[in-house]
Formats: sequence, C-alpha cells, structure tokens
Amino acid sequence: MKTKKLEQGTLIVLLIIAGIFPFLSGRYLLSVGISILVMALLGQSWNLMSGYAGQFSFGHAAFFGIGAYASSILYMDYGLSPWLGMLVGMVLAAAVGVIIGFLSFRYKLRGDFFALVTLAFAEMLRVLFNNTKALKGATGVLIPYKNAWREFQFADDKAFYFILLAMVMAATIFIAVMNRRKFGVCLVAIKENQEAAGSLGVPVLKYKLSAMAISAAIAAMAGTFYAQYYGFIDPTVVFAASISVEAIVPCIIGGAGTLGGPLLGALIIIPLQELSNSLFEGTNGINMILYGALIVLFVVFCRDGIYGTIIRRLKGVKT
Amino acid sequence: MDLLRVQDVSKSGQGNLAVSHVSLTVKEGKITGLIGANGAGKTTLFNCISGYYHVTSGRVLYRGQEVQHKTAEKLCHMGIARTFQIAKPFGMLSVLDNVAVGGYNKAKSRKEAYQFAEQSLQMVGLWEKQENLALLLNTGEQRKLELARALATQPQVLLLDEVMAGLTPTESREMVELIGKINQAGITILMIEHIMPVIMGLSHFIYVMERGKMIAEGTPEAVSKDPKVIASYLGEGLEVE
Repeated sequence: MKTKKLEQGTLIVLLIIAGIFPFLSGRYLLSVGISILVMALLGQSWNLMSGYAGQFSFGHAAFFGIGAYASSILYMDYGLSPWLGMLVGMVLAAAVGVIIGFLSFRYKLRGDFFALVTLAFAEMLRVLFNNTKALKGATGVLIPYKNAWREFQFADDKAFYFILLAMVMAATIFIAVMNRRKFGVCLVAIKENQEAAGSLGVPVLKYKLSAMAISAAIAAMAGTFYAQYYGFIDPTVVFAASISVEAIVPCIIGGAGTLGGPLLGALIIIPLQELSNSLFEGTNGINMILYGALIVLFVVFCRDGIYGTIIRRLKGVKT
Repeated sequence: MDLLRVQDVSKSGQGNLAVSHVSLTVKEGKITGLIGANGAGKTTLFNCISGYYHVTSGRVLYRGQEVQHKTAEKLCHMGIARTFQIAKPFGMLSVLDNVAVGGYNKAKSRKEAYQFAEQSLQMVGLWEKQENLALLLNTGEQRKLELARALATQPQVLLLDEVMAGLTPTESREMVELIGKINQAGITILMIEHIMPVIMGLSHFIYVMERGKMIAEGTPEAVSKDPKVIASYLGEGLEVE
C-alpha cells in the first residue's frame, strides 16, 4: 500500500514537471526534453516485454525501425497521413514481434538465446532495408516539412513535445492498469517461473506473445515519432543496435519491471549524455562509452536499478 | 470411481527407461500414495501425468479421457493441479497475487479470482501474510503457498510432490493435518512422499516404485509387510551361513 502511494506520487510529480518544462525552456532544452521522452517511450516498451514478462530483447530497433519506415514510406509513396501510417506500423511491428516470439518459443529459446535471436532479426531488417530499392535502400527517407496536423508536422516543437508526452503517458497508464489485471500478474508469474505459471493454468505462450506484440507496437509508435520529428531516417539510424541499447539502458538504470523505472532512467541518462557531449566535444561515441560504464556499474552494484531498489527496500527485501 | 488411470506408461530419457510399463489408479475422493527410494522414477511419472513430459508409450486417462498429450495448462483447466518438489514461488509478487494467479484458472472475474485466493490462503493458514512478497517467506510457508496456489485453481485432483521435504516436525504435523482437511473437502489426492509414517497414516492406497517399475501396491498395512518393499527400503537380508 505504501509503495503504491509512493509510485503514484512520483508519477504525478514527474508529470507536473514534464507539463511545465516546455514553457520554461528554450529550443535546446526542449529538444533535450524530447530526447528524454523518446528514450522513456522506448524504455517503457522494453519494460513491458523484458522487465515485466522477462523476455529479454536485444533487438527493439527492429520494431522501432518498422514503425519509422511504415509511416514514412506510406506517407511519401501513397500520401497516407503519418497518423494512420503510425497505426499501420504498430500493427506490422506487433506482427513481426509475434513471428519472432513464436519461432523462438517454439524452439524453446530462453534468456540469452532469445535475446540473440531478437538481435539477429533487428540486424537482418537493417541489411534488408539497406539493400532493397523498394524500401528506399541506403539513402533512406527524407520527409519534407509541411506545418499541418494531418501531416504530423508542427512549426512549434512544443506540439511535438506534448504529443510525445501523451504517448509516454498512454504507455505508462497501460502498464499501470495491466499490473492490476490478470494479464499483468500472470506476466510477472511467467517471468518468475514459467513452469509453475503453466501448472496454474496460465496460458504461457499466448501471454508471452501478447506482451511482445504490445511492446513492439509501442516501440513502433516511438519510431514514427522519430521519423516525423527529425524528418530523416535511414536503415543505419533506425535499425541500429544503439536504438536497441537505448531501449534497455533506461530500464537497467531506473529499474526493469517497475512502472517508473524507465522514466527515471531516461531522465538521468539523457542529461548525462548531453553533459558529456559538451564536455568532450568532437569525440564521437562518448555516449556509448557512458552507457557501457553505467550498465557495468549498475549490474554490479545496483542490479534492480534506482527505482527498483527503492521499491524492494520498501517491500521489506534487504538486498 | 477411477478419477485418474495410468496405463502401462513408459518414459525413456537418454537411453534409459526412467519409468517402465507403470500402471496405477487413483480413486475419486481418496488419498493415493506413491513411494519409492531416490531415483525410483516417482517424479518422472508425476511429470508424465501432469503434462510436463511426453510419455514414450502408454496412456493416462482422466475421467476416461486420454490426456497424455495435453499441456500442463490444459490439464489445470480440466482440474488436475500439482505442486513441485522444490517450491517455485513468484518471488516479486505478493502472497495474495501468487495465489490469485491460480485463482484466475477457473474464475470469471478478477473479484472471483481473489475470492478463490482468499479461501485457499485461509485454508492453509497464510492469510495474515497476504501482503508480503513471496520471497520473504520461509521454507514451510513457501510450501503452504505452493499448496494454496494449486488449491486456488479449484482442482479435482491434486498431485503433491514431496510436500514435507525440508519441513520441521511441527510444520510436518500441520501439513499432514492440512492434507487431511483438503481431502475431506472433496479433493482427490495423489502424493509422493519419502517420510513413511506420513504416507502410511494418510493414504488409503499405496503404490511402490523401484528403478522405474511398480513393485507393489495395496493398503498401507499390506504394503508395509510386503517383503519386496522392505527389501527395497532396507536392502536384502544378509544370508548367514
């Protein structure tokens, strides 16, 4: 009960800060805010499938990329509004998630092996898009700027910011509601012990695939947003392993399998990254070194993440 | 009536017959015991019955229906629940949520699932700990939790795999009482047990396994006097010249 109030309180405080933030910050800080929210959304997506359901993904870039490409290609070639393109992308990503999951679980892949399969799929998609003319090849897609709601384009970055904030909220609320229902409780049961869950009548395969589908759809949503906001995508950007890493890192730092973990994680990492980028100007890839160091530190000293550790302490777990 | 019938079941693994042409019958409303030394194949047989292993040959009948190819999930929906030899609590879920996972098996709503969970927790005496995380429970409590979860699925037959293992004498006595109570509530039980007084006191009928084969069956008195059983447990008598 105590932890529930704390969780709700933290989220409301975060939301208020997030709501006021754009009005107090300039163009640069607003772009940092958007980076935080993109990471938070990706993190929340990973959190659902890997943090709660325990199916460790190392290939969330696959879903992100599908989302980015689906809306962009449909918009450029068929004039479909990116809003609708986003929905198509979500459905496609969910389908790909189910296929990856079904193949892996059919052959009883778990843990590290499952993670490797997800990585392989993301890499395969990157190579496929890079070498297929019909999918725009290595040149990628440049989305022309038109300031209109229908086009998912806005002159004011605040509009982008609030749309993204709504997406992050929707994902977070979805998980919060899920946690109290059969689906959420059973997902945690599957993570903790799949055999025991099955013996209690939990439809293990169906639930794991559902978790993957929903998670993939959320990541695809982030992908479409990315394409619309930055206006340019190519396979090496949206299918990059670094995108997969960006889905994982906030959860590891904040706490996987907790509602607020990915949000807190993103809130810590992006400012750190910005800081290190300005401190070590012109040094490419410093953020990756930073991720690596942080992950090592957290895995060794704070396995449950910051938020996760606090929650565990409150629930009476000593270490 | 025969609730569960195992007919000529064999299970091979890595070239060995872990279970070889075994048959047994579980009568509705009774407690049936399955005993045997370590490695006799009891748990393997359990895994065949509860859908974890595919049988190599033979049939398992539940209410006359063949179920040997059904998954554990399906069997649970049909009314066969089990516990594991090593308790497998869902550590980061509360005790109540742990049991509710089982409750959802037959429940039509969230409310009903938690009602089933409450009934089961009351029955095993863990209701006071409902808000605790499962990983904070001690061994005895974890066994009770395991039992409560299985009960919450509203089973007709309960397969218990060494529920006494690792319990203190006091906890064992409580557990014996509890199993009796569960049986009186109308749930048929098939149990594996090492501790002889426990199984002799509780069971209506006993099967004895040795090296994958069924070597004896009968009432507790008959089995305890069977020379083959005594030999299996104590070794053959020494021949003195």
